[in-house]
Amino acid sequence: MNAPNASGWRPEMGSAQGSAQATASGDRALMLEEPLIFELGRPGTCGVDIDDAALEPLPALGRFLRKDAPALPGLSEPETVRHYTRLSRQNYAIDLGPFPLGSCTMKHNPRLNEKVARLPGFADVHPLAPQQTVEGALEVINQLSHWLIELTGMHGVAMSPKAGAHGELCGVLCIKAALEARGEDRKVMLVPESAHGTNPATAAFAGFSIENIPATADGRVDLAALEARLGPDVAGVMITNPNTCGLFERDMKKIADAVHAVGGYVYCDGANFNAIVGKVRPGDLGIDAMHINLHKTFSTPHGGGGPGSGPVVLSEALSPFGPLPFTTRTADGSVRLVEEENAVAEHPQAFGRMAAFHGQMGMFTRALAYILSHGADGLKQVAEDAVLNANYVLRSLEADLDAPFGHAGSCMHEALFSDAGLAEGFSTLDIAKGLIDEGFHPMTVYFPLVVHGAMLVEPTETESKAGLDRFIGSLRSLAQRAKAGDESLKSAPHFAPRRRLDETQAARKPVLAWKGDAA
Amino acid sequence: MRYLPLTPADRAEMLGVIGAATVDDLFVDVPAEARLPGTIPGLPNHASEMAVERHMTALAARNVSAGSAPFFLGAGAYRHHVPASVDHLIQRGEFLTAYTPYQPEIAQGTLQVLFEFQTQVARLFGVEVANASMYDGSTAAWEAVAMATRVTKRKKAVLCSGLHPHYVSTIRTMARFTGDVIEWASPRLEAEPDTAGVIAAIDGETACVMVQYPDILGRVTDLAAIAEAAHAAGALLVAVVTEPVALGLLEAPGNLGADIVVGEGQSLGVGLQFGGPYLGLFGCREKFVRQMPGRLCGETVDAEGRRGYVLTLSTREQHIRREKATSNICTNAGLCALAFSIHMTLLGGEGLAKLARVNHSRARQTAERLARVPGVKVLNSAYFNEFTVILPKDARDAVRAMADRKVLGGVSLGRLYPDAPELSGGLLVTASELTTDEDIEALAAALEGVLA
Repeated sequence: MNAPNASGWRPEMGSAQGSAQATASGDRALMLEEPLIFELGRPGTCGVDIDDAALEPLPALGRFLRKDAPALPGLSEPETVRHYTRLSRQNYAIDLGPFPLGSCTMKHNPRLNEKVARLPGFADVHPLAPQQTVEGALEVINQLSHWLIELTGMHGVAMSPKAGAHGELCGVLCIKAALEARGEDRKVMLVPESAHGTNPATAAFAGFSIENIPATADGRVDLAALEARLGPDVAGVMITNPNTCGLFERDMKKIADAVHAVGGYVYCDGANFNAIVGKVRPGDLGIDAMHINLHKTFSTPHGGGGPGSGPVVLSEALSPFGPLPFTTRTADGSVRLVEEENAVAEHPQAFGRMAAFHGQMGMFTRALAYILSHGADGLKQVAEDAVLNANYVLRSLEADLDAPFGHAGSCMHEALFSDAGLAEGFSTLDIAKGLIDEGFHPMTVYFPLVVHGAMLVEPTETESKAGLDRFIGSLRSLAQRAKAGDESLKSAPHFAPRRRLDETQAARKPVLAWKGDAA
Repeated sequence: MRYLPLTPADRAEMLGVIGAATVDDLFVDVPAEARLPGTIPGLPNHASEMAVERHMTALAARNVSAGSAPFFLGAGAYRHHVPASVDHLIQRGEFLTAYTPYQPEIAQGTLQVLFEFQTQVARLFGVEVANASMYDGSTAAWEAVAMATRVTKRKKAVLCSGLHPHYVSTIRTMARFTGDVIEWASPRLEAEPDTAGVIAAIDGETACVMVQYPDILGRVTDLAAIAEAAHAAGALLVAVVTEPVALGLLEAPGNLGADIVVGEGQSLGVGLQFGGPYLGLFGCREKFVRQMPGRLCGETVDAEGRRGYVLTLSTREQHIRREKATSNICTNAGLCALAFSIHMTLLGGEGLAKLARVNHSRARQTAERLARVPGVKVLNSAYFNEFTVILPKDARDAVRAMADRKVLGGVSLGRLYPDAPELSGGLLVTASELTTDEDIEALAAALEGVLA
């Protein structure tokens, strides 16, 4: 059966590209192709008027002088604006529709946050400006630090990590430094099978050997298996809670107590903190360190791959080892930096520095504006609506798609499905690419690894019910087509700016830079 | 609660579909003792856009912005004029609110930008390949050390004394946990960098030599001589560029023998932002590409043979390789890479060269004026837009006293090297195309005043 989909497209119509008459330009109305800047630009063109009144004769740089200007073509301002605007239209974005990437958390990015981050008092301030001239910037860092500590029930926070994985590294290095301070060299970090790939990569970088902990049939850490493995060689455990199956680790406190009993520490991947913010404080569950992705829970824009920001909240046991710099509020109420100049006296056990300067200030201003906008009642509502939306997706689709943990109860912020029940030869990838034709960004696919052909749907709290119903309708239609063996699905997407791209060729013969002008 | 679209009626209807009486029934897996009774203590309830804007604006007003005073700070963070179209374009929602391009068919905008960015960075640095960005210059530098140890299977890194001390600190922190051996000493106040000393430190155990270009004191190192010595010992030369505008005027490190070139891209397009988010640049020779950290965008074709772009060589990365990955990096600095790339596109190579000449000219004029201030000595023989002056008193005090006179006069070496009292008279001064004749006079007058 080849049922037409919601947009009326049928397989016999062929691809969008091949079906209609060709145009001379290669463009199709608002479907615009765009060459590379290197193909558009001309040497010597410049889209900036540079005032050269101050120009002096060439300097005494002698042998260090560059022989030729960099071989980079320039574009005039109108050409530049057009190039990037045309390219932007080939992107999906949260501003266009839901971005249901499980564990990636793409929610609405409020524009107030963009506005305040661009105030000259924040955007145009040098990180090494004298502290007397940056009181407001230090106040922002300190206020955000305060609320992150309060929201998590922890003792301290390291603000400098640049993204989630950098925060993980910070937390794991705190654990390592704490063990060193105790004179212990523990080698093993326990990581559940369902963990993000960054967790084992981080622990390995810090010199730990990784041992996997199995999951139970209901998608959670196997407490008995974990307890059986604990011993004096275990430095700690890295757990994601809520986990990447979208489930709360019910035994979190028992896990923490067991790890603490053998002298280990508990790292929590806070990627999914948005599901419990304002409802549950990780500090009450025995966590020693947890990074918070400000671009997830606190809605700072992800910008096509960053920047992120990964502050790490720390328990009382780990706080003394947190990296430089950080802010502190003095007795007179003012805020100042603790950095290399005063660390020996004020924070002598710091394990070092994670990066230059003070962290992702541009993300701090946005996150603080977000926290203050939602407030205590709003943040609780954020978690509740995120969980409500995910459960609505789960229950609306469990008759159409296999929900491996659906029988075990409700989910948290994301709904997990598998490829079980699809017709022979049909895969999760086909469903994902079909969603593109439906006008949606696909969910996270093939992750977590513990579920075959995983589809992890995270709607977030910023989707309306009407929007969810449209998405559910599309996913249901795709599930039915995949079960019915609709071959057209295997060549989706048909309507996107590009059809499926050849990733094998890209990896086998890497072309990583334009070389069109090579002699 | 303006960011939440669900109405009470929606919530009730959805709970009905789910079969739950209340939303708290969905949190049933959270043990009762872990549930927060009430709300977060001390945090006010939700606030209007107007109220939050007022709060944030009041905080911003307590900072002296760089544009509101004569400004001469650098030391790894540089202020340049960013064309208005850059910020306009990066705020397009299709760029700003896109995620990592995991579905290439609907992310060609981001992917083509990354391909163009990689090409621009590679050409600027004089190497064959560059990645899709790192967090910032300092983390790119420690990733370069880690990469050099993988390539050479050696454990020692020699850092030049002129490497930014925050970068040194970042690298030392990581080395403390990986067991790599880091050789470094704080710089001496000399007109030329200690090239002979760097070369003497290279031996058969050395994985890489890392040289900042120009260095923290603004001096320019003879990279070619160090490259030759490094290669003779089987070591790699890693060049660190904290001010990419300098490469409009200075020879590209890759053309002088650097094997890996990393840098901080903030000075083009991104702005100061009190230190972040910034933009890590990372380039290398093509033969080392499979040891490179971070995301890479590559060209390919789609099912109809049309050119397109994808993230590629991901078998190096954590989401595939897990504990065997070349790095744990995941999110990078995509939007900052876009800003850099737009600014670079507007400039072009010739524009960058001209911008660099204006920067250098302004720095020369500033240095010449400061040299006439009694008691002030200019240290450098060669420099780009940043140089060191030696004051007859602790430069930390001078910086604070100049700030009281509404002049942001530079970065004191005392703040960067609190353990090196012999550097305490050093002041780093940076000029750019934004520096005016009046700014230079104001700086000279402020210095004269605080030294009097």
